[in-house]
Amino acid sequence: MRKSLALGLIFFCALALPARTSKKKPEIDYSQFQKKLPKDLQVVHALDRLTFGPRPGDVEAVRKMGLKKWIDLQLHPERIKENPELDKKIEPLESLRMTQAETFASYPTPQLIRAVAVGRQRPPEDPVARAAVERQVRRFKARQGQDDNMPMEPAVPFEELLTRDQIRTLRTGNNDQKKELLDQLPEESIDDVVVAMPPPMRNQLMALASPVLRRKFMLANQPQQVVFYDLAEAKLYRAILSNRQLNEELVDFWYNHFNVYIDKGADRFLIPTYERQAIRPHVLGHFRDLLEATASSPAMLFYLDNWQSVAPETVKRPNGKAPQRGLNENYARELMELHTLGVDGGYTQKDIIEVARCFTGWTIRNPQQGGDFFFNEKVHDKGQKIVLGVTIPAAGGKDDAEKVLDILANHPSTAKFISKKLAQRFVADNPPPELLDRMAKTFEKTHGDIREVMKTMLESKEFFSAGAYRAKVKTPIEMIASAIRATDAQVDYAFPLAQRIGQLGEPLYRKQEPTGYSSANAEWVSSASLLGRMNFALALAQNKLPGVRVDITRFSNDPAETARLVLFTDATPQTRAAIDTALADQKSKDPKVVTQALSAGLVLGSPDFQRR
Amino acid sequence: MNRRIFLKSSAMAMVGVGSTPVWLSRALYAQDAPSPRKTILVAIFQRGAVDGLNVVVPHGEQRYYDLRPTIAVPRPDGTPDSAIDLDGFFGLHPSLRTLKPIYDSGHLAIVHAVGSPDPTRSHFDAQDYMESGTPGRKATTDGWLNRALVTEERKSPVRAVSFSADLPRTLRGLNDAVAIANLSDFQVRDPRGASTFESMYAGTMDKVLNGTGRETFEAVKLMQAIQKQQYTPAHDAKYPNGRLGQSMRQIAQLIKSDVGLEVAFTDVGGWDTHVNEVGPKASVGQLPNLLNDLGQTLAAFCQDLGDRMADVTVVTMSEFGRTARENGNRGTDHGHANVMFAIGGDIKGGKVYGDWPGMADEQLYESRDLNLTTDFRDVLGELVTRHLGNRQIANVFPGYNDPKFRGLVL
Repeated sequence: MRKSLALGLIFFCALALPARTSKKKPEIDYSQFQKKLPKDLQVVHALDRLTFGPRPGDVEAVRKMGLKKWIDLQLHPERIKENPELDKKIEPLESLRMTQAETFASYPTPQLIRAVAVGRQRPPEDPVARAAVERQVRRFKARQGQDDNMPMEPAVPFEELLTRDQIRTLRTGNNDQKKELLDQLPEESIDDVVVAMPPPMRNQLMALASPVLRRKFMLANQPQQVVFYDLAEAKLYRAILSNRQLNEELVDFWYNHFNVYIDKGADRFLIPTYERQAIRPHVLGHFRDLLEATASSPAMLFYLDNWQSVAPETVKRPNGKAPQRGLNENYARELMELHTLGVDGGYTQKDIIEVARCFTGWTIRNPQQGGDFFFNEKVHDKGQKIVLGVTIPAAGGKDDAEKVLDILANHPSTAKFISKKLAQRFVADNPPPELLDRMAKTFEKTHGDIREVMKTMLESKEFFSAGAYRAKVKTPIEMIASAIRATDAQVDYAFPLAQRIGQLGEPLYRKQEPTGYSSANAEWVSSASLLGRMNFALALAQNKLPGVRVDITRFSNDPAETARLVLFTDATPQTRAAIDTALADQKSKDPKVVTQALSAGLVLGSPDFQRR
Repeated sequence: MNRRIFLKSSAMAMVGVGSTPVWLSRALYAQDAPSPRKTILVAIFQRGAVDGLNVVVPHGEQRYYDLRPTIAVPRPDGTPDSAIDLDGFFGLHPSLRTLKPIYDSGHLAIVHAVGSPDPTRSHFDAQDYMESGTPGRKATTDGWLNRALVTEERKSPVRAVSFSADLPRTLRGLNDAVAIANLSDFQVRDPRGASTFESMYAGTMDKVLNGTGRETFEAVKLMQAIQKQQYTPAHDAKYPNGRLGQSMRQIAQLIKSDVGLEVAFTDVGGWDTHVNEVGPKASVGQLPNLLNDLGQTLAAFCQDLGDRMADVTVVTMSEFGRTARENGNRGTDHGHANVMFAIGGDIKGGKVYGDWPGMADEQLYESRDLNLTTDFRDVLGELVTRHLGNRQIANVFPGYNDPKFRGLVL
């Protein structure tokens, strides 16, 4: 079916939609992409691009293995043994492994609160989650004016669970004492303690608690955030610790390409399944499979409203009034504009409507309660459609949309659009056209084999050229993960790092627009964001971040050496000179001052470190 | 005193000799420098969809009272729980009484039955459309308030500021814009780092980072300079303590510091009043509390700025209105058209603008919501063109080719 469609003829009728921004393209000089990168920089360059930044020892390890072999291995993540430390970190993050229905039933999302309040759903099994749900149900009922005067106190009062001395320690003890006490809480009473503990105390102890206990605190204090908490923690731990670095880079890339916003209604509990089932398995697979997985995912159906798109004539009301629901074009438009063809990919408003008609009936069973995809024949538009010149005969049912996905996945505009987006992320903001042509050719030849397209790019001379070297400004997550990796910091609490990333302008899972985040350099260098990077850099090196420890003694008293340790190459003369001045100034005030942490922080906040 | 001398003395007094930021000295001393004293637009987004029908009450419309038996604001009768009459047909909610003097002085214009033509009743989509300025078009990447900035050579690092943690959608785009959660946090916290980073970014060959780095430290210096003195609002203006009041206080501080602010943005949530919108009296409940905060903030802002309001316009907006009928929970659900305020020295106020669509069943949008008679882009477009002086309206609101200005600006 995929190949049998005569695509060659259909582009005559394509009318370009008005371009989104009418910026004139300046003449671009591509000559730097012809200059080969010196051998000794190639390894650092590859590590900078295909990982979330090198860790100490990585450069040597890749050299030893051979660069080509290492890249090939990264392209086959299934052959790489995963870091056991990562598995340990992910273990407590339960929602990552649940089905949608389980996620819905387990966490106090607004949807669950309502469902429990009206008796449509039972509260969760987990005692801490149950307490959180019950508390919110009471609030919900009070707001509805049906306060049933149930007592708000926990089942067992705090004072009965812990001795007066223990409570005093938790209030006024030092961090070690508090930590020790928390670690020794008896297993059987731990949930009761969490439920009974006053919320400000939970907040205060958050960074000191074990990961399991911390998650319980989170569930008790900010129950609506727990699914996001799990996602954000896992995203950070994977970026920092995974041995399958390119795979994680690509999960980030493809999630962003098929972006879904966690704060839109049911997407609050649909995203763990989305990332795990629709994105993750396909990041190096075939584009058509990735497209299918996203198109039929409840998360995407909900986010871009296709779940409520119906053929208007199927929902006519008997009194002749206009139907309350109808065709919704949102998904159809973004599918072509953002997921496949690109804005100049050659489709018209008419095509958008035709595609939307094909997708009527692609919906979700019980959308507000974690239901799965289903095709609702009753609201499907049964007429004939013409998409990009291809006739899709009447009465095709669910297959109408499958045909659309075939057409789009095999369209030359898609090959170009996807190749360019990959090259913009991995090579440079303005990748040379010859490289894009070769990548697009591979895409077409292999029917969208992403691994092969990646290979064409990573084996190209343009990838290992002076034009690509340090050509990209790190995105906030790349900046923060690479700083953690470069300093070999131990992270025991990743969530605050995710919040930092949000402050730098890239709130994880919270890009509201279907465009996803841009990888363009200009996007990431705003005033507030640069200040945020500098403040993060200094705080990290001076061990001022909760739950993150850097071993300062790793760094040298010689700032040039410290810079090399962090950057894996020499700092620029300007950066070195500025650090030398700062350190000399410190030493003139106090000859014995220890400056390793300061100089490491200055390197991490320098212009040099913002590039990859 | 001519404008340049005024500028020089006030800005220099603020910044102090020896620490004049590059941008400011450029502005102060260059012959062809733009005056930082420009017209300024302040946009306030009321997130959650405010119930415009209970904010500016059509007390002359019997249907309003029929459709809202328990939550309508009573007809003006001079008591503190009735509407404050504006023109015999419309009245202000009593919790907005601080705005009445501004209306009477001719500096508050109200537009009713205004909003986005897009039929969506999703907060998510509607806010998105109103911030991008392109209803129905989800993939627009920048916002109208960013596009409203006129491109120019020498620009202030703080020409576009949002008082929020993240840069909101409406300020994203090609022009530089800064998000400031709080003025006092806008700095490198470790003093040993600040000067070092400044010289690194000033010296780097990296063009992208060099440019923004320079602007950043200029902005930081400006912010720190204007904070050297404790800010005391003028004319005994008292801002409420909430986030909105404090954001507007800092916007006033920036305006009075003459640092080149052109557009500012802040938002305030809580307007999604499905339940108990109004309590037993019109002046108590969720909506009255929020209106009280809004009214006091706007009044304090005008009072604080005094004559400086000649350069400034404040505009309010919200993603859509609420149902004409009250629901079963003394609240209202998601609707369509709404109300907007414009306050400023060059605003032709003292009037409720817009054609009143009526509230009979057949006059309501989809038989349930107030119908739209003014597109929100007509209001914003007029402010952008006539107040900010940006004539490239087709760039600011692409695809909206035929704006109908209402004549709000003098």
